Amino acid sequence: MPNYLLLAATAENVLQDVSTLHPVSPPADSIRYLFYFVTAVGAGILAVVWGVLLYSLVKFRRKRSIGWRGGDEQQPAYPGVVTAEPPQVYGSMPIEIAWTVAPGIIVLMLSLVIVRTELEVRIKQPSPLQGSNALTATVIGHQWWWEYIIEQNGGQNVNPVVTANELHVPVSGEGTEGAPTRPVYLTLKSADVCHSFWVPRLAGKTDLIPGRVNQMWFQTTQPGLYVGQCAEYCGAQHANMLLRVYIDTPENFAAWLANEQKPAVSDPAVRAGQQVFLAQSCVNCHTIRGTTAKGKFGPDLTHLASRATFAGGMLGLNQENLEKWIIDPQKMKPECLMPAFGLSVRNVGLITDYLMTLK
Amino acid sequence: MMSDSTMAGSTIIGAANGLPAELTSPASDWWRSHAKVGMLAFLLSEVAFFSTLITTYVVFLRQTKAGNPSPAEVFHLPLVLTGTACLLSSSITIHLAEKAMRTGKRAGFLGWWGLTIVLGATFLACTGKEWHELICTYGLTISRNLFGSTYFTLVGFHALHVTVGLVLLSTIFLLAWRRALSEQDHTAAEVISWYWHFVDGVWIVVFTLVYLIGR
Amino acid sequence: MATVTQPAALERPFWTARLHEWAVTVDHKRIGIMYVVMAVVFLVIAGLEAEAIRWQLFVPENTFLGPDRFNQFFTMHGTTMVFFVGMPILIGIANYIVPLQIGARDMAFPRLNAFGFWVTLFGGLLAYFSFFIPGGPPAIGWFAYAPLTERAFNRGAGVDFWTLGLLVSGIGTIAAGVNFVATILTLRCPGMTLTKMPFFTWTMLWTSVQILLAIPPLTAALVMVEFDRALGAKFFNPQNDGSAYMWQHLFWFFGHPEVYILILPAFGMISEVIPVFSRKVLFGYEFMAAATMAIVFISMGVWAHHMFCVGMNRTLDMYFAAASLLVSIPTGIKFFNWLATMYGGRISLASPMLFACGFLSMFVLGGLTGIMLACAPFDFQVSDTYFVVGHFHWVLIGGTLFGVFAGIHYWFPKVTGRMLSERLAKWQFWLLLIGFILTFGPMHISGLLGMPRRIYTYLPDRRWQIWNQLSTIGALVQVPSYLLFVINIFWSLKYGQPAGDDPWDAWTLEWATPSPPPTYNFEAVPTIRSRRPLWDAKHPDDPDWKYE
Repeated sequence: MPNYLLLAATAENVLQDVSTLHPVSPPADSIRYLFYFVTAVGAGILAVVWGVLLYSLVKFRRKRSIGWRGGDEQQPAYPGVVTAEPPQVYGSMPIEIAWTVAPGIIVLMLSLVIVRTELEVRIKQPSPLQGSNALTATVIGHQWWWEYIIEQNGGQNVNPVVTANELHVPVSGEGTEGAPTRPVYLTLKSADVCHSFWVPRLAGKTDLIPGRVNQMWFQTTQPGLYVGQCAEYCGAQHANMLLRVYIDTPENFAAWLANEQKPAVSDPAVRAGQQVFLAQSCVNCHTIRGTTAKGKFGPDLTHLASRATFAGGMLGLNQENLEKWIIDPQKMKPECLMPAFGLSVRNVGLITDYLMTLK
Repeated sequence: MMSDSTMAGSTIIGAANGLPAELTSPASDWWRSHAKVGMLAFLLSEVAFFSTLITTYVVFLRQTKAGNPSPAEVFHLPLVLTGTACLLSSSITIHLAEKAMRTGKRAGFLGWWGLTIVLGATFLACTGKEWHELICTYGLTISRNLFGSTYFTLVGFHALHVTVGLVLLSTIFLLAWRRALSEQDHTAAEVISWYWHFVDGVWIVVFTLVYLIGR
Repeated sequence: MATVTQPAALERPFWTARLHEWAVTVDHKRIGIMYVVMAVVFLVIAGLEAEAIRWQLFVPENTFLGPDRFNQFFTMHGTTMVFFVGMPILIGIANYIVPLQIGARDMAFPRLNAFGFWVTLFGGLLAYFSFFIPGGPPAIGWFAYAPLTERAFNRGAGVDFWTLGLLVSGIGTIAAGVNFVATILTLRCPGMTLTKMPFFTWTMLWTSVQILLAIPPLTAALVMVEFDRALGAKFFNPQNDGSAYMWQHLFWFFGHPEVYILILPAFGMISEVIPVFSRKVLFGYEFMAAATMAIVFISMGVWAHHMFCVGMNRTLDMYFAAASLLVSIPTGIKFFNWLATMYGGRISLASPMLFACGFLSMFVLGGLTGIMLACAPFDFQVSDTYFVVGHFHWVLIGGTLFGVFAGIHYWFPKVTGRMLSERLAKWQFWLLLIGFILTFGPMHISGLLGMPRRIYTYLPDRRWQIWNQLSTIGALVQVPSYLLFVINIFWSLKYGQPAGDDPWDAWTLEWATPSPPPTYNFEAVPTIRSRRPLWDAKHPDDPDWKYE
């Protein structure tokens, strides 16, 4: 059985909070309110039903001493069977109406709350985006990794930035003067099967369905790393299609974006590794901007080493993990779509050295 | 054994105050005949089945982008109209056969029932010819594009139901020919004619949606 | 007079004769028993699959099951429980009981009945044949979302066997539906109008209508999947204008009514047990009957509440949320009527009633989480998480399974002529109740804490471990309860107290026959005047038809 290497227990990774009850973003917050409301309603109904049930079981329990039917071979004794009946009530129209109307009112109330929450949560991307300070990105789901294309930042078009598995977005302001809100609008597509983008603290999930284009949004005033994972069964490694969304301070985000827009680092010290990479079939699937590697099937590796993880967030990005991965990805993530290429140990070392420079 | 149930059921057993128990005789009221209710229940399930195929066809028709070949290109009405005319008139002939059966006219029954089979078979032949043209001339197959998939599935399942209907009709025909059809079997013939009318009804919907509106 | 020679048939060896009898039987009682036996066997298999799943999830990053096996197991577990356990056990009990309840000799189409059973069994065997082929069983989830089922993503034949198995057993289910409708509508004994039927029969009538409306769309959708895989059709192939989204609509159009098919018969069984063990007629029969019809019709229009995260427009979200809430009203009516039946009664907590009370207390909770899930925006967070897994297991076990156990404990004396052991039943009940709460309760929490479904492992730092461990322990607690049930059956067949015709002092026609009933059921067609014909017979001075 493969030995999965854990993410190193860095400070950022200790106890990942993915609770739907710890929202940091308006859609998640609206939903939490709805949850509390409907839970309270449900608890009330439960109390009534269980109360009546318990009461009946206690108060109307048949006393065993009343009426034994004598036993014989044909009619064995069954304790507690009586022939005298309690008063029979066949029904009551007023009562039936009452307990039809009362739930009806509750249903109506819930419907109103649902409508309000629905309208709060499912907001379409505004158009045009000018002046909205929004960030828009397209998310493309693959088996079993995430592709991100940043398109607009602060309501302005940017040179599209293609990256994989780790999304950076800027933190939002409170919405006051000088600290405008900076919502993030994601357009969701799939390259193969159905996936679902779910970072619980940021928003509810929205599916990525091949042939369809979906949208979602979130914004938060609290910087940090928010995690989640794919929430629609998408095949063998669905469990290891993890999500990492970094909410950056404005300076950090600007730096990240600027870095992403640059072509890949070309460090002469690892030229040998670069040449091995470009000579192998790696280029069929992977892109490294600024080189001849323009493959689109696998994740973009241009700034791989600036990420904390790889393989869909499953593995910490370090020399050892990368080497093991390139030697045989199937051992670490069985059935993933990257085969073992039978590279020599030397070449794997060179390639890894090269990849580790791609900050 | 008997005594216990009698003890429990002395007022149960006995027809003192119940409805007349015409439970197994061929009933004129359809709700008393289990064969008729059974056939209607089965046809209800067929309605659900065909509704699904039809809905899928319609939804996908609106969704299909320009995929060669398209409905407008491949449908030629004359052949289809011939087949449709045959199938629809076979409903009339089967109705006349039923009438003949009820009035005891064996020759009339055999004639009209036989004609129904011929008309049904002609419909299948027309469908076959049309499919030959679609496949060989236009290269439209079930795997060619979405239109091909939905078209052949929908029309194909209808044709399958027509085929099954022809098998049933032929069985009744043979039995009647050999004078082996009894009074009880009249219900069987009747419910088979209902099945046939249903298959016709489905074709009316399919024809309208596929060949008239969908083009 | 010449000596009589033994006919050759009687010289056949005994056990093959018995086997042959069962293989060719068209007796509804035997067919019912075969359905139930089939269901119990598949229950054990699917249960083992579940235990393996729970064992794998006991600790994070466990290596007991690899991703392949895990994904295959949850697919087959769900498929088996719905199609080869749930429906067969309900159809089997109904097969046995409904003709007896309406005073008929057999079902309307006895040979169709036998055909339906064998075809259902064959479908199950076909689906399980996938375990023996290269690639193994399908790993697609029981709702098999496209395009994962396309050949491009699933080359092995497992998906094909799954599809064909369901297609075939679906034909058996439709046959049963046709049979029940025809039987109930035309073979009722004199005096039994539609509103005088036992309530179980009424729910079976409407379950059958729902079968006729809901299963054929599944058949059509499965045909489309198989055409895509085998003939290169493009139904669900997004790269050729096909639509993965359409599959979801087609499947759930079947899938939601399916869960009502699984619960309505249980409602019927509970409606038989509660009155008898409270010694009071069912409160509000007409409203109960109308509520059943309302459930059938409304539930045909709520399917997309399984699709709230799919990105439908807001109006559709709100419609499906409101409609899903609406269906809780007739269900609530039923609940209140059951409670009103018990209220003021003389309640005896014999094993059938124990299970019925388990049903009442548990199903209300499952129904309430259902109401929560009907609130579309809440689904945005908890759809496809363990919250949903907790919910549907709660209503299926707390509802259907407890109802089935109530029915089995109620009617076992009739079927076998012997009483089940009350002691074993009580142990079974409490172990099941505690085990099931422990298994599925924590799932609601891990779902809220962000744990999605269908993941073969999870990271230790997600804080889900404790809830998974509780669930696994609960699953282990459930195992002895099922064992006790099987032991109870076998033990009571041999050593159970003789039951007689009517051990519970009940009121419906099946109790007017010997236990077990002879092949022909009734010596003469009974005539009835009220909903409680046996009460009328036992109390001619105070018959029910004076008050109804």
